[in-house]
Amino acid sequence: MAFDPNDLMKDRITDIGPPHFEQFFPPIIKENYGKWIYHEILEPGVLVHVSETGAEVYTVRTGGCRLMSVDMIREICDIADKHCGGYVRWTTRNNVEFMVDSKDKLQPLIDDLKSRKFPAGSNKFPIGGTGAGITNIVHTQGWLHCHTPAIDASGIVKSVLDELYDDFCSMRLPAQVRISLACCLNMCGAVHCSDIAILGVHRKPPFVEHERVSKVCEIPLAIAACPTAAIKPAKVEGMKSVVVNNDRCMFCGNCYTMCPAMPLANAEGDGVALWVGGKVSNARCAPKFSKLAVPYIPNEPPRWPTVVKDIKKIVEVYASDANKYERIGEWIERIGWERFFERTELEFRHEHIDDYRLAMTTWRTTTQFKW
Amino acid sequence: MALTHKTPMLDELEKGHWPSFISDIKQIAERKPACDDLLGVMEKSYEDKEGHWKHGGIVGVLGYGGGVIGRYCDRPDLFPNVAHFHTLRVNQPASKFYSTEHLRKVCDMWEKHGSGLTNMHGSTGDIILLGTTTDELEPTFYELTHTLNMDLGGSGSNLRTPSCCLGKARCEWSCLDTQDITYNLTQEYQDELHRPMFPYKFKFKTSGCPNDCVAAIARADCSIIGTWRDDIRIDQEAVRAYAAGELVPNAGSHGTEPRPLDIQKEVIDLCPTKCMAWDGKNLKIWNEECTRCMHCINVMPRALRPGTDVGATILCGAKAPILEGAQLSSVIIPFMRMESPYDEFKEFVEKMWDWWMELGRNRERLGELIQRLGLREFLKAVELEPDPRMINTPRYNPYIFYAREDVPGGWEIDAKAYRERHQP
Repeated sequence: MAFDPNDLMKDRITDIGPPHFEQFFPPIIKENYGKWIYHEILEPGVLVHVSETGAEVYTVRTGGCRLMSVDMIREICDIADKHCGGYVRWTTRNNVEFMVDSKDKLQPLIDDLKSRKFPAGSNKFPIGGTGAGITNIVHTQGWLHCHTPAIDASGIVKSVLDELYDDFCSMRLPAQVRISLACCLNMCGAVHCSDIAILGVHRKPPFVEHERVSKVCEIPLAIAACPTAAIKPAKVEGMKSVVVNNDRCMFCGNCYTMCPAMPLANAEGDGVALWVGGKVSNARCAPKFSKLAVPYIPNEPPRWPTVVKDIKKIVEVYASDANKYERIGEWIERIGWERFFERTELEFRHEHIDDYRLAMTTWRTTTQFKW
Repeated sequence: MALTHKTPMLDELEKGHWPSFISDIKQIAERKPACDDLLGVMEKSYEDKEGHWKHGGIVGVLGYGGGVIGRYCDRPDLFPNVAHFHTLRVNQPASKFYSTEHLRKVCDMWEKHGSGLTNMHGSTGDIILLGTTTDELEPTFYELTHTLNMDLGGSGSNLRTPSCCLGKARCEWSCLDTQDITYNLTQEYQDELHRPMFPYKFKFKTSGCPNDCVAAIARADCSIIGTWRDDIRIDQEAVRAYAAGELVPNAGSHGTEPRPLDIQKEVIDLCPTKCMAWDGKNLKIWNEECTRCMHCINVMPRALRPGTDVGATILCGAKAPILEGAQLSSVIIPFMRMESPYDEFKEFVEKMWDWWMELGRNRERLGELIQRLGLREFLKAVELEPDPRMINTPRYNPYIFYAREDVPGGWEIDAKAYRERHQP
């Protein structure tokens, strides 16, 4: 039953799907499946869930890097073996959750997690991410692994979370704030409904490598990929290629995804846009899209100071201004966008006025506004 | 082994309190040349402010059209150990619980066949194994299936790995068995998951309640969100205990010290339909007016619970911007009972896919097709009657596409009879 490179069909197993979830449940989770009656946050990052059977499960939520090595996962396993009976889980926001089935196991777990640091000093397992605070920033690959990014991902997230660290570890905000990052408009991370979204943007149209186009692209697909019909077939110096009407380009990068001979990443053109006020929960008001707050910030590696400063400012104004339970989007709708820009001191520019499809639905059609 | 590349910019990212991914990579780079070169590429990207990865090209494992994403460095001359640095998507167990025994096997396997770097997890939910070479793909897949009893997830124009919130495993609000739904759909549609057959990607996401912790409404072509149709369950004793400051409001989200809850201000005034009243002793809910937003339940989890007549609202069409702009999912089936083996739901899914596969253009998501051809056409295709729960407002433009069969006599006009009534 060993792998035979010369006979790939030998003993081949396909389409078995994922392992069944139940085999990975800690016993207390398995025994109380569907029986939970309430939960409470005991301190930031520490939850108790209580079952109708009287059982209690204590959870310690720690922030984690989405990118992690097998060494890090093995360390997580060591902790889970020592304290949690050999089980652990990840959340949809890339936090790691350690669970214990009695209160007396809680403090040793917390102490252990707090003691672990990387050699250069950062915490391996910051505890938090619950309630009216900031939870882990979900993000995409960025320069580390993706072929279309306008920005890095992990480095910006690290820089922003260093600044907002205290708000990960506490619950002083009016409501939860979910921050997300996508490194280009493809938005593999679907950040379009986040309280604060960090988005990589290109600002230069693709250039066409005519001598490569017919070798590496299916020209009709590249043409069809453009949402604004800016790409046309053309013969350039006898070669089958395409031309781009640059004035119609809104830099989505979709042509590059279909045709590698149309690159648009560029150090001067690329950068970060910030969006605010989105949510997915149905609590109180309907889910909302994030709206543009800052159209463009240049790439500023390694610590991305302008991105960090603008996000910090938005969070601080929100923290001091919003009512309890108001998400960022609810707060802005109450005070109005004119007040949002005034209070955050972010510049309102022509880019904030939508001029794409259905733009009119975003223009003001009332005399109700504020001076 | 000393690291090969100087990384002064990346070294800055080792400072600060938040866990440093650079510190993590540096540790493993001491024994993994690919990780060493990865740091070099990253430093170069930080200097150039441009990425250095090329398009994937076609790599994969035999018989599968997805699950592997090809990745090549565009400077293999400088960083030969990441000349190939392909990604594998591995279908995660629903809601991401693991035994350490299993996780260690994943680590050992990836230590042997790849860079040792992962994403836990990718945005769609899979375990992402980052960085291997083309000749390692088949041996990795063999070990994945034989030793780990795991399979690849989706990539490309196919069903993407379904995902869900943690549901009944550790949440008192879940109206659905989210893990079972996810597991069942994943197994049922293995072929769709592994062999691209759609116009573009298709995502299922399942949330147990309208709080929607997996963002199903924003991210899934088909969003399954738990809900209920009967009354919110009330424990009046516990409501009084919140008012008296004996219980911590909002499950401690605003601080863990007990305080008297101002039920009028923090619950009733924030109710979107104002369907509640509090007389200082009892909480009254006019449930027929409730839209099940979850706010009151979130604030008083020990006093209020969702009802027991549970099922799902099925919504369709969410996506990120590429190509036609971002969309949220729209209500298609206001309520469906979700009980294993989910036959009614699967019947709907298959009608939906048939329509999309027949009419969708290359790289057109379901939501874009619904927008292009209209919700009415979609409802016809999936054989559903219109319902006011599907809309925010009826149309306010008067241009209605009446069909020939909607009008008595069709579209045929007797021109001669018309002219007998009207002079030209």
